Amino acid sequence: MGKILLTALSAVLGLGIATAEAAEGVEIPSRDWSFSGPFGTFDPAARQRGFQVFKEVCSGCHGLEYIAFRNLAEIGYSEDEVKAIAAEFTMVDGPDDEGEMFEREGKSSDFWPAPFANDKAAAAANNGATPPELSLITKARKNGPNYVFALLTGYEEPPTDVELLEGLNYNKVFPGHQIAMAAPLFEDGVEYADGTPASVEQMAHDVVTFLAWTAEPEMDARKHMGLKVMIFLVVFSIVLYAVKRKVWADQH
Amino acid sequence: MNGMNNPLVKWIDHRLPIFTLMKAELTDYPTPRNLNYWWNYGSLAGITLMILIVTGIMLAMQYTAHVDYAFQSTERIMRDVNYGWLIRYIHMNGGSFFFIVVYIHIFRGLYYGSYKPPRELLWIMGVVILLLMMMTAFMGYVLPWGQMSFWGATVITNLFSAIPWVGDAIVTWLWGGFSVDNPTLNRFYSLHYLMPFIIVAVVVLHLWGLHRFGSNNPLGIDAKGPQDKIPFHPYYTIKDLYGLAIFLLVYAGFVFYAPNFFGEPDNYIPANPLSTPAHIVPEWYFLPYYAILRAIPDKLLGVIAMFASILVLFILPWLDRSPVRSGRFRSWMFKGTFWFFIFVCVVLGVVGANPPEGMWLVVGRLATAWYFLHFLVILPVLSVVERPKALPTSISEAVLGGGDTAAGAAAKPMEKA
Amino acid sequence: MAESAMTAQAGGTGESRRDFLYLTAGAMGAVAVGAVAWPIIDSMNPSADVLALASTEVDLSPIEEGQRITVTWRGKPIFIDNRTPEQIEAALDVDLESLPDPQSDAERIKEGRANWLVLVGVCTHLGCVPLGQRTGEPRGEWAGWFCPCHGSHYDTSGRIRKGPAPANLPVPPYEFISDETIFIG
Repeated sequence: MGKILLTALSAVLGLGIATAEAAEGVEIPSRDWSFSGPFGTFDPAARQRGFQVFKEVCSGCHGLEYIAFRNLAEIGYSEDEVKAIAAEFTMVDGPDDEGEMFEREGKSSDFWPAPFANDKAAAAANNGATPPELSLITKARKNGPNYVFALLTGYEEPPTDVELLEGLNYNKVFPGHQIAMAAPLFEDGVEYADGTPASVEQMAHDVVTFLAWTAEPEMDARKHMGLKVMIFLVVFSIVLYAVKRKVWADQH
Repeated sequence: MNGMNNPLVKWIDHRLPIFTLMKAELTDYPTPRNLNYWWNYGSLAGITLMILIVTGIMLAMQYTAHVDYAFQSTERIMRDVNYGWLIRYIHMNGGSFFFIVVYIHIFRGLYYGSYKPPRELLWIMGVVILLLMMMTAFMGYVLPWGQMSFWGATVITNLFSAIPWVGDAIVTWLWGGFSVDNPTLNRFYSLHYLMPFIIVAVVVLHLWGLHRFGSNNPLGIDAKGPQDKIPFHPYYTIKDLYGLAIFLLVYAGFVFYAPNFFGEPDNYIPANPLSTPAHIVPEWYFLPYYAILRAIPDKLLGVIAMFASILVLFILPWLDRSPVRSGRFRSWMFKGTFWFFIFVCVVLGVVGANPPEGMWLVVGRLATAWYFLHFLVILPVLSVVERPKALPTSISEAVLGGGDTAAGAAAKPMEKA
Repeated sequence: MAESAMTAQAGGTGESRRDFLYLTAGAMGAVAVGAVAWPIIDSMNPSADVLALASTEVDLSPIEEGQRITVTWRGKPIFIDNRTPEQIEAALDVDLESLPDPQSDAERIKEGRANWLVLVGVCTHLGCVPLGQRTGEPRGEWAGWFCPCHGSHYDTSGRIRKGPAPANLPVPPYEFISDETIFIG
């Protein structure tokens, strides 16, 4: 028993107090996510709605670099639907037999195209700040899902003693409180296919669910496998302890 | 063991006595009968090393060590390679668990005097393994080429510029260029693949040195005869297996349910040489040394202090000369300062994670001072002034004869460790 | 040992209980080893991105009669030939027994689409890419394809006729998903 405690304790105490990613002193509220906890899973409906929000609102400026169209099959789209989504995009391919680059429709094996040719073009079009690609964002920020939600819903009027710099917007949660991105979500900004009312909170909730999936597509499988492994190891430990006691019986 | 009567076994063993060796060193090997669970951590360390090597080799099949592909190939492993996420998370958390296990293993040695004669070289080889582990882990963390990979590499390699006269040339040589870049990444990959096998070699030496005199034990007294020892198999093989199952339970808990607990979110941002993160933090197992480094205001002295904090371990057998091995029979001062030392190490770790300013700097300096005080002053002084408890006469008497009390031994002369 | 093995089933005495325990531990250990081995082995199988590129759709509409194109599939060249009636006839007019690798033309095309020939363009001798796809390239004595490396001649059905190659140019797995489109893989 002491062994278990001490191993766990040493692990916990080894915790490096992570650097604050949110603004100093701001508390990020913890929301109930469908995927939180050891038994959490991605809510499929929220995830699909979140994809819609990403596609219609965010993808103009933000890339989704590590997601290929074929990955969308995991969030509930059929092979044909995936092909159709891919086909909406134009990709550059080549060179052809004449040595020229040519354009073609997106295929399901293609990756989500970047909205800008490169980082500098992205910054030039966005107030000098490069919009980060979003497929890893919930892992790239401390307390990721809660932080992203708080940021998306954290736009407000600046307090009287704060002078907003040119082109920036006041955000409760962003470090320094002044963010280049203007508030992206507005009530009914998206018309949900399943008819869910599109409040800012709802859209933020859904897009965070989607982005949590893009960052950790293996999560559902990981937790499922984890359960089997943990149960196996608990039983195995009990069996091995019994064997250990039996073997040592003549020594005690 | 009827295995030894097998004709094939005999044929091989006659030509290459590997079975005789395994029987002597793993089966019949006499081990003190009173080892407690703190003695499990050595085998756990060896197994964790094996896990890291196997998962590392599998990752190396899929990873590309080039600044343009490192981050991307790591994400490909996480998303597209069958069970890639599992192998990566096992490897990543394995690094942390290797240090957890080894630190506990070291503290066991500190408490029970496992570094004392005749085991000085055993201890020294252990410290060598620790150094090799730190180098390996440092280089491994650079490979995913995230923000922390890049900036951690930049900060730590820059430390060598503190060396007078040749410092800058050394840093340029380490980098293979004028900043951390592709040549650096590639050589770190090569060395990260190599060093675990050097660790294996030193572990073999470590075990050879161990088997020379056999394991220490919680009482710290030598075995008086065969009644004090039992064969390694089946007693300690099964106990180690049980300990392994518990260890795997905790390990799996992190791999499957909190795989990024020990990591830094910034490392999921691709390395950007033009943008420094607000707080550069090394992996948790380096935090105490990082705190010591930043406690000293002078760059060179800070580097020296940081290395000294490990080098002091090498000379420990000559700093603590108490003839009593096990902390169990030493004074309350020893026990008290031992636990306080652990506390100081934890404090150093917390300090290392925070910016070196204000209160953190003060606490960091005090803790650094105490760290060196513990080894260079407290332990030597204690070994001279303390009056330890009386030792039991023998292991078996202590184990089978009703406990290791001084009363039983009071009438007999105190045993020298 | 045998006695306790027999009584293990009965589960009566302490000794057989001990053996049952050891057996359980051993069995669980074997399961654990297998469970650990599988992900390691499977990680070396083609990954999802490789599988995604493992099939290709080809639009046949721009290929005119008598024209040949090359596409890539799983890293290999695929010869697609829109055969003329003369080429089809030449492929049919053969004594199958005389072929080094007997195979009828019908086995190498899709029913009702005899003009379309789809082949893996890798010589079955030692792996060179045979000539004949581009105009002006030699096609060998049977007007199919000719491998310059060691002189293998393939006919208008891609079958080996002369030379060291042991087998016909393979036909990859493909289907017509529409009149003008094939899906390879």
